[in-house]
Amino acid sequence: MSADALLELRGVDVAYQRRGHAPVRAVLGASLAVRAGEIVGLVGESGCGKSTLGRAAVGLVAPTSGEVRFSGEVVAPIGRRARPVGVRRLQMVFQDPYASLNPRRKVGEQIADAVRLGSGAGVRADVALARVPELLERVGLSAQIAHRFPHEFSGGQCQRIAIARVLASDPRCIVADEPISALDASAQAQVANLLAAVAQQSGLGLLFISHDLSVVRKIAHRTAVMYLGQIVEVGPTDAVWSEPSHPYTRALVAAIPRPGAGSHLPTELPGDVPDPARPPSGCRFHPRCPVVMDRCRTDDPPVVEVAPGWESLCLRSVARDGP
Amino acid sequence: MTGEALLEVEDLTVRLRTARGIRRAVDGVSFAIREGEILGVAGESGSGKTITALALLGLLPLGARTSGSVRFAGTDLLTLRRRELQKVRGAQVSLVSQDPMTSLHPLLRIEVQMTEHVRAHLGFSQEQARERALEMLAAVRIPDPEQALASHPHQFSGGMRQRIAIAMALACEPRLLIADEPTTALDVTVQAGILALLDRLRRERGVSVLFITHDLGVLSSVADRICVLYGGRVAEHGATSVVLGTPRHPYTDGLMRALPGAAVAGAAMTPIAGSPPSLDAMPAGCAFHPRCEWAVATCATRVPALRDVGDGRLLACDVDPLAPVPS
Repeated sequence: MSADALLELRGVDVAYQRRGHAPVRAVLGASLAVRAGEIVGLVGESGCGKSTLGRAAVGLVAPTSGEVRFSGEVVAPIGRRARPVGVRRLQMVFQDPYASLNPRRKVGEQIADAVRLGSGAGVRADVALARVPELLERVGLSAQIAHRFPHEFSGGQCQRIAIARVLASDPRCIVADEPISALDASAQAQVANLLAAVAQQSGLGLLFISHDLSVVRKIAHRTAVMYLGQIVEVGPTDAVWSEPSHPYTRALVAAIPRPGAGSHLPTELPGDVPDPARPPSGCRFHPRCPVVMDRCRTDDPPVVEVAPGWESLCLRSVARDGP
Repeated sequence: MTGEALLEVEDLTVRLRTARGIRRAVDGVSFAIREGEILGVAGESGSGKTITALALLGLLPLGARTSGSVRFAGTDLLTLRRRELQKVRGAQVSLVSQDPMTSLHPLLRIEVQMTEHVRAHLGFSQEQARERALEMLAAVRIPDPEQALASHPHQFSGGMRQRIAIAMALACEPRLLIADEPTTALDVTVQAGILALLDRLRRERGVSVLFITHDLGVLSSVADRICVLYGGRVAEHGATSVVLGTPRHPYTDGLMRALPGAAVAGAAMTPIAGSPPSLDAMPAGCAFHPRCEWAVATCATRVPALRDVGDGRLLACDVDPLAPVPS
């Protein structure tokens, strides 16, 4: 991993304890870095652990081993005490904007709160409120809406408000967990474009978690693919998409319906994601893998460097010559 | 449409009672589905696509008024009494909704849910109904159907639940399946499985499908024809290859360009500006004109008529986006 990473996860394991059962290891040895000005997409099927990884990245769940660093500082799990000011510049956008905004407070007040809390220094309430119009305009909303309540807006508008609130604390890195999947078709593209534009303009790092692969393909510089708790492939978006090395990535890409492609059905990947409490032996993908070998059932797959900055967790992956 | 149409919807209009008065949620919608055909109905929330589906099944909320006709195998469903409609619903026409948990009872075993309507509609014994349930679960490729019958819905993943919901909808061998966003909540890999399943059902069993979704990418792979709805009206209607190949309504065109096409990486998606109108604030004239790049002055006042523009396509736009427009 690079030294200039803004947000860095190193060998992160997250296990959920269950009474009377073995713990579920939701994330297993995940390493991922987000640099300033870089958009990293994290994709995978539901239940693969991508949301848990996102929550661990901002300290909402505690890793059982490994560590998360933000600007060199260890991200400690959120407790009862206020977060250290340095870590407040790591922010999160959630899936459901109606749930993440307070329904009983005006939009402008909620954004002003974030201005005050984010800075750590005592910002006067009127000073904080004065920043609201500029923040609303940055996310494409009118400054006039500051005195209205969240329920007066559509899902896409609410998500913009949530993004304005995140921007209020002057973040250096944003983790967005399925920020567009609860929105309408046209709002999805708008919000994805907005997040990408905001990150680019201000040189922020953005970890964009989504099960919508084609959106990630459009906006992410690098893509990480997760399966059953592990990052199975990570690399430059173009490379990962056009010539995926891991068989799971290949299956994902083939399953995307292509608009305008005529009567061509997307390719099925048989089987379901196994129960993470009882993962398969050897390579976790082997029961569904179309190119499985005997060794895959027993051996843990190695991390293969396909090319610089491009890794795949598969026995069959081989290094490729540079372009 | 020719006489072989299984379902013919003509001039369907649905008026709903809202807090601010009576509003037209569906306004003069017509389409037809042939045996074994998949018709895609596309549109965003508020386009009237779900209300259309509910109207076909007589499942609209109280106070809703329906006019026009819905002829299914020769009978107008809108004129049927409740008792008579009940014989059609679930038996000949069935519904698969977006969230399988709304069609599955959380506390009942799958066996109870999958046999009850088969016994009621087809007069099967429990034994026969059970056989049918096993057969349907196998058809949707549920591993170990015996085990599945003894299980509860929460024991399955989202994709498995949706497959069970489809198996349930198919148990009485309906001739028409209305699928309302059946894959929207699912992962692409699972979605691919459901699409393949629907395609197989129509080929092997001649089931017709009304496939409602906002995702044109999904429709392009399974639908024979596509009907694009906006603001409760038909915007564009024709063969999938025609409508998606060369969209001529600016809304269809916008939806296509908003799609993060898997073919080109890098370039940003071009979203349609604004958001779909709510029922209480439906724009005058063409409902799409406030968001339309091609709009001219008359669009704000005149409702565009749905006209046949050749190539088997119906189009409701007075400005043809293929023709150059003075800006």
